[in-house]
Amino acid sequence: MTTTIRPPASGTPTPQRRSAASEPLTFRQRLSRFDVKASPYFYVSPFFILFALVGLFPLGYTLVVSMHEWDLLKGQGPFVGFENFVEILGDSMFWNSIGNTISIFLLSSIPQLAIALIVAYLLDQGLRAPTFWRMSVLLPYIVTPVAVAIIFSSAFNEADGLVNNILNVFGIPDQAWKHDTFLSHIAIATMVNFRWTGYNALILLAAMQSVPRDLYESAAIDGAGAVRRFFSITIPSIRPTLIFVIITATIGGLQIFTEPRLFDVSTAGGIGGSDRQFQTTVLFMWELAFFRRDFGEAAAVAWLLFLLIVGFGLINFLISRRIATGGDKPDRRARRARERATRGGAA
Amino acid sequence: MSTLIPEPIPAVMIDDDVEPDRPARPRWGDGGNGRRRAMGTAGIGSRPGFLTYGLLAAFIIGGAYPLWWSVVVGSGTNATRGETLPLLPGGNFLANATKVLDAIPFWLALGNSIIISSVITISVVTFSTLAGYAFAKLRFRGRDGLMVFVIATMAIPTQLGIIPLFMVMREFGWTGTIGAVIVPTLVTAFGVFFMRQYLVDVIPDELIEAARVDGANQIRTFFNVALPAARPAMAILGLFTFMMAWTDYLWPLIVLSPTNPTLQTALSQLQSGYYVDYSVVLTGAVLATIPLLVLFVIAGKQLISGIMQGAVKG
Repeated sequence: MTTTIRPPASGTPTPQRRSAASEPLTFRQRLSRFDVKASPYFYVSPFFILFALVGLFPLGYTLVVSMHEWDLLKGQGPFVGFENFVEILGDSMFWNSIGNTISIFLLSSIPQLAIALIVAYLLDQGLRAPTFWRMSVLLPYIVTPVAVAIIFSSAFNEADGLVNNILNVFGIPDQAWKHDTFLSHIAIATMVNFRWTGYNALILLAAMQSVPRDLYESAAIDGAGAVRRFFSITIPSIRPTLIFVIITATIGGLQIFTEPRLFDVSTAGGIGGSDRQFQTTVLFMWELAFFRRDFGEAAAVAWLLFLLIVGFGLINFLISRRIATGGDKPDRRARRARERATRGGAA
Repeated sequence: MSTLIPEPIPAVMIDDDVEPDRPARPRWGDGGNGRRRAMGTAGIGSRPGFLTYGLLAAFIIGGAYPLWWSVVVGSGTNATRGETLPLLPGGNFLANATKVLDAIPFWLALGNSIIISSVITISVVTFSTLAGYAFAKLRFRGRDGLMVFVIATMAIPTQLGIIPLFMVMREFGWTGTIGAVIVPTLVTAFGVFFMRQYLVDVIPDELIEAARVDGANQIRTFFNVALPAARPAMAILGLFTFMMAWTDYLWPLIVLSPTNPTLQTALSQLQSGYYVDYSVVLTGAVLATIPLLVLFVIAGKQLISGIMQGAVKG
């Protein structure tokens, strides 16, 4: 035990006490024990203290604000209980924003996932120069959301934007990308898809690469075509990753702000369209807080959105749990192996 | 069950067309035979064909063209935008860039963005590595409970707390300063989780034990054992944290004034005038993309391996 004491390498104050015979040893031991016991807390405490201050406290205090009359400039007013929530839940603009958010979310996540799956599948084919292809696919990700919004807001310009010009070539008249509700949702979803499809393709590619190759081979020998192999082997094997991508897309998609905020600034002032046709919920919250100066109602919106996101997350989690515990994979593999054995005999 | 069946039997059974207990099998076999031969050309083991490369190239061009289009319009005039599918850049890029620099405090915004993103990155990586190491390799009371807490908070959208955050910043007189942008993101639950997941596998417990036996105290063990091992994950976490801080828009928009913006809020100001010169706006978008493009060229491979290893969402 005592042999562990070595000449000190660093200038910590403890080694100096070594000169006294046995007293410093116990002190050292006690110090060492304190070191072992307390250090972990010192390591984790910066995170927890800072997170409590800047993450949890604001979220909790949002609830306090939401139960008061609270003006941006005049400050705290009287306590009103759940009145702000009642007000918001009866506000058609709130429901309009929820509808827009979900519509944009669905229009962005479903095509995005489908295309990301195809791209990941193509990248998984043993390409030459794989790094080149992967980097090229990821390129749009480095364009910031603000720049994406600016570029696409210009491309979707109704009078002479790129998109309408291209449509005109095919004999399709100009479309009202910024005024029509559905078309504006498509345009905003396009921005999201532009930035995230390649990114998600790489996540899915990583999952696809971990699928054992002999599974494909045996299926191929069984006569399963490429499409059949994709749906019967690839998709079930990468299901956990697929669910992860869906959950993160949900959490991000329900908080979409930058793209609708900047889609039509010059005619609509950036509150989500002249008729709020693409105002999302975070954008609605922002308008309430900083244009209409009603912190109380804005805080109520924040909490309702928070509950919605947690709810969506929980549903996703439960679904993914059920799928994860299904565990039919070993069975299937065993069956395939058996089938392969028989097939091998035939050929 | 299958172990009871001796190996050769199925092989023998498949030889004749009649299989007593599994009647469906021979029919599948016949169908399979035909398809299997067709598959030989386009199936497993063959090099990807023209179709694969063609589809991928189409996808990549679709992703790159909007960027190229911004360069083309940004280097032309406002009339260039009216063209159907402009492909060649004009000669007005520098003129338009000058207009951008006149319209917004570009260099100040760039400096602010660099400072904000760097400080946030250093802070997140430092505190995440410390806490991640403790969670991965040290034993202490309450460890598992605290880790569950970290995981649970990962999914919480903390940006919904912006209203009290704004009130606090105003109370302290921090609004309009870049400190107000930095402080709320000094730590992330994701960072702690990410470092913990990495370190738990990468450092053998024996190594830490050995360091302790050699007389190293905890902090020395951290610096001499954990830190060198954590370096690759720290780089990846740093990269994603930097991207996150750099692209953030909502919070800087709220807490900063137009006279002291980040690159993102400054860029969005370009568009806010009543008359919008799109060639100038798009030049701004191109200029603002250059820093991340440089980062991408330098660290693109790490970015890709980060996405593919950790399934990170930044």
